Amino acid sequence: MFEKLSIFAAFLAILMPFTQSKAEQLNLQEVAPGVFVHQGIHAMPNRQNHGEIANIGFIVGEQCVAVIDTGGSPAQGRALDAAITEKTKVPVCYVINTHVHPDHLYGNSAFKRAGVSFIGHRKLAQAMAVRAPYYLEKAGRDLGLGLKQEDFIAPDRTVDSTLELDLGGRKLTLTAHGPAHTDNDLTVFDDKTRTLWLSDLLFIGHLPVIDGSLTGWLRELSKLTKIDAKLAIPGHGPVSSEWPKAAEAETRYLEMLRSEIRAYIKQGKTMEQAMAEVGQSARGDWQLFDDFHKRNIATSFAELEWED
Amino acid sequence: MKKDLNISAFCLMIAGLLFANITLAAGDEDAAWNNVLKKQFFGDRSIDESGATIELTAPYRAEDPALVPVSVTAKLPQTTSNYIKTITLIIDNNPVPFAAAFHFTPESGKADIATRLRFNAYTNIRAIAETNDGKLSMVKSFVKASGGCSAPIGADLDAAMARMGKMKFKLDGDKIALNQPNQTQLLVSHPSISGMQMDQISRMVKPAHFVNQVKVSFNGKPVLSAETDIALSTDPNFRFYFVPDKAGELKAEVKDNQGKEFSYTQAVTP
Repeated sequence: MFEKLSIFAAFLAILMPFTQSKAEQLNLQEVAPGVFVHQGIHAMPNRQNHGEIANIGFIVGEQCVAVIDTGGSPAQGRALDAAITEKTKVPVCYVINTHVHPDHLYGNSAFKRAGVSFIGHRKLAQAMAVRAPYYLEKAGRDLGLGLKQEDFIAPDRTVDSTLELDLGGRKLTLTAHGPAHTDNDLTVFDDKTRTLWLSDLLFIGHLPVIDGSLTGWLRELSKLTKIDAKLAIPGHGPVSSEWPKAAEAETRYLEMLRSEIRAYIKQGKTMEQAMAEVGQSARGDWQLFDDFHKRNIATSFAELEWED
Repeated sequence: MKKDLNISAFCLMIAGLLFANITLAAGDEDAAWNNVLKKQFFGDRSIDESGATIELTAPYRAEDPALVPVSVTAKLPQTTSNYIKTITLIIDNNPVPFAAAFHFTPESGKADIATRLRFNAYTNIRAIAETNDGKLSMVKSFVKASGGCSAPIGADLDAAMARMGKMKFKLDGDKIALNQPNQTQLLVSHPSISGMQMDQISRMVKPAHFVNQVKVSFNGKPVLSAETDIALSTDPNFRFYFVPDKAGELKAEVKDNQGKEFSYTQAVTP
């Protein structure tokens, strides 16, 4: 009995700091006039960070605020909402979900209210529907979050190719991409500051994760790198003022995967062999390499074996 | 004070959840098998667990839960008097535990099978072999679904849908070796989706659509046949053996649960 109690006390001790940190403010940076970013951390989503690992933020116009990704938990979404209220009196009109991954949209429920429109790629609702049952189970098991289907909020406006949003004296251009990081990636371009918000089409430091299409991602990157942007905001990693240079490491990694896996397939080698051997020399260049590299190989192998 | 109470209540709740999870983790991983699945699939038949007939290779961590390579290797050669008839794969904690049943003949040469499966949970996978004398033997392996943003869904379902029914065989080398087991791989393009009933999110209802039957023959003689279910990855993939006695044609016939049929033949030469 005593042993059980002390285990229990230990749990409470572990949990207390996190419950208290909820009340803390979200750390935000104004990276360009009216462009605010909270930089996430390079970590796997877990019970300690509650999945709050991605870069999220907002852009302020004269009439409207557009939120770009809402965070890894409802609590982080509420913290973002509170931070917006502190920075500006302009109301939130739009929530832009850049793709289906939970670290970017579990804060959605914090913004569900009259006057807020949710915007996503034309395939976002389908991706939510297919993945929600599994993601919800995982939120309980791995993140300690008790979420429900209602916490995913499907877009009420979808982007087929591009969509312009007028925030009042400030125009945002949203672009829906072909399968790349996922099959439902959106990027946002702010005309006023020439800021390109790439979300997870750009990883800096954190190993890129392929959950859409390797060749598709390289194709989208070749278009995105032609954009004359002053500032690039990745989904994971620091904001960069060097575009397209900021995409070089990611492009190099994806190109390496493509050429090495193509060679394995040509030689008749198996997915298992590729997963064990391909691209190990890139380990030192990236964080979370051991968490995502093999999965990238599996996904890419299954894609590339249909090329010929 | 009220706030403190709320925080304590929250902690108690979370601690409760943690306890529940730990109990589950430390509890009986074989519960679903022992209580339900064994009886459902094999009735009261006795199952040998000495590991003398087959070996199962599955990764402890499913790097991509949508594409987990799993293989079964036979420990005895296929002869006319003594051979493995069927290998059944069961994933205990998947929504549909039955993954596939593969049927072999003495002409299969070796009753080895490798495929790619979906894992929805932390679970045992088990391979149960039935030999031609009717005896059953089982091996199992524990697989943890990986963390991060992974889901046991294909990455690009529309691409698979666009090429649905496309197939190819890949041989180990360009030419076949006569009168001995040759390894070959069958690739089938199919989205293999489990259906969507989440209309409260997306107002979308899509029926399940997956491959449920595969037959491979060489010059008209059966090499491998299988009943399969939704645990097969998008674009199902099978690696197995056949014993050619001369040049000829490998043929694959595939059906899905919506009644669509696909077939493909490929000439092979020594």
